Amino acid sequence: MSKLLVLALATLLLALPGRAQQVAVIKLPELQKRLSRPNDTTYVVNFWATWCAPCVKELPHFEQLSRAYAGQKVKVLLVSTDYVSQLEKKVKPFVAKRGLKSEVVLLNETDPNSWMDKVDTQWSGALPFTLMLNNKRQKRATFEKEFTQPELTAALQQFLK
Amino acid sequence: MKKLLSLLALCLLALSSFVLRTASPGYQVGDKAADFKLKNVDGKLVSLADNKAAKGYIVVFTCNTCPYAKAYEQRIMDLNTKYAPQGYPVVAINPNDPAVVPGDAFAEMQKRAKEKKYAFPYLQDESQEIAKQYGATRTPHLYVLSRKGADFVVSYIGAIDDNSEDAKLVKTKYLENAMTDIMAGKPATVNSTKAIGCTIKWKKA
Repeated sequence: MSKLLVLALATLLLALPGRAQQVAVIKLPELQKRLSRPNDTTYVVNFWATWCAPCVKELPHFEQLSRAYAGQKVKVLLVSTDYVSQLEKKVKPFVAKRGLKSEVVLLNETDPNSWMDKVDTQWSGALPFTLMLNNKRQKRATFEKEFTQPELTAALQQFLK
Repeated sequence: MKKLLSLLALCLLALSSFVLRTASPGYQVGDKAADFKLKNVDGKLVSLADNKAAKGYIVVFTCNTCPYAKAYEQRIMDLNTKYAPQGYPVVAINPNDPAVVPGDAFAEMQKRAKEKKYAFPYLQDESQEIAKQYGATRTPHLYVLSRKGADFVVSYIGAIDDNSEDAKLVKTKYLENAMTDIMAGKPATVNSTKAIGCTIKWKKA
């Protein structure tokens, strides 16, 4: 009986959301597909890397944004530009350790020159880089800078107007 | 009153992002590059005009601390080995604010240059004016300049190659391809490329 209980509990625990999330490895076409859906969701897409100090510093602000806008049509997507060779060694442990709840994907492309313009021509290549877009409203904004929490919130509020 | 304040704040923000977007994007290919006077790790000031024999320069904004700059360090040294004898030496410029990244302090630059035996100047852009003038945004960020009379003209901007992680897996050497054209007196077929890099650590306003 107790064995059954333990098993049931374990099953329950495993089924709980909020455990270490997956990091999907995607190629550019997949990312483009994700960002071109014609719906009324505002995507906040942050390009970052585990080795980028300002990126790591501002990640909690994006997590906070995720929580604050949970009930609204706002989706935060964290796109890691770490090398795919670092997925198990660096990226997954980082995501687990920080308990990131926003969706994290790793963009598996080696030559930035071949894909950066397809993400946004405004981006010169510095990390962090954030893209806000809403396809239904045909609106886009780009930020090649590190955000403070108030700056990020204000930028999104401005975008949602 | 509170509403008014937040409205004002938003207006200000809208204005500042507008200003950011309309700020000069720096040099484009074909622009004349202004000369500079920056302090080298040996304590001497260096200008483009100093080297009368130079046909041009490979100017690279780089630093001690950025993993991408580190990944490219050997390749930057190799560029100097290859192109300095042909009249296009490397000039490395560190634009990072040491107050933000202590690892990029002048003494640290001196240490790095000595350790790695840099055969090219490693200059500190203390005011960050030169990085801004060029429009550099990241490390590493390269600009090939070619001499046209008394001036230096920007002939290539961007990346070294198409694989930062592993030099052995490089398929396209963007900068070397451009150099082949430039040294033949032709405009580079691909004169501008993009790359990921660490954002330049600007002084906190």
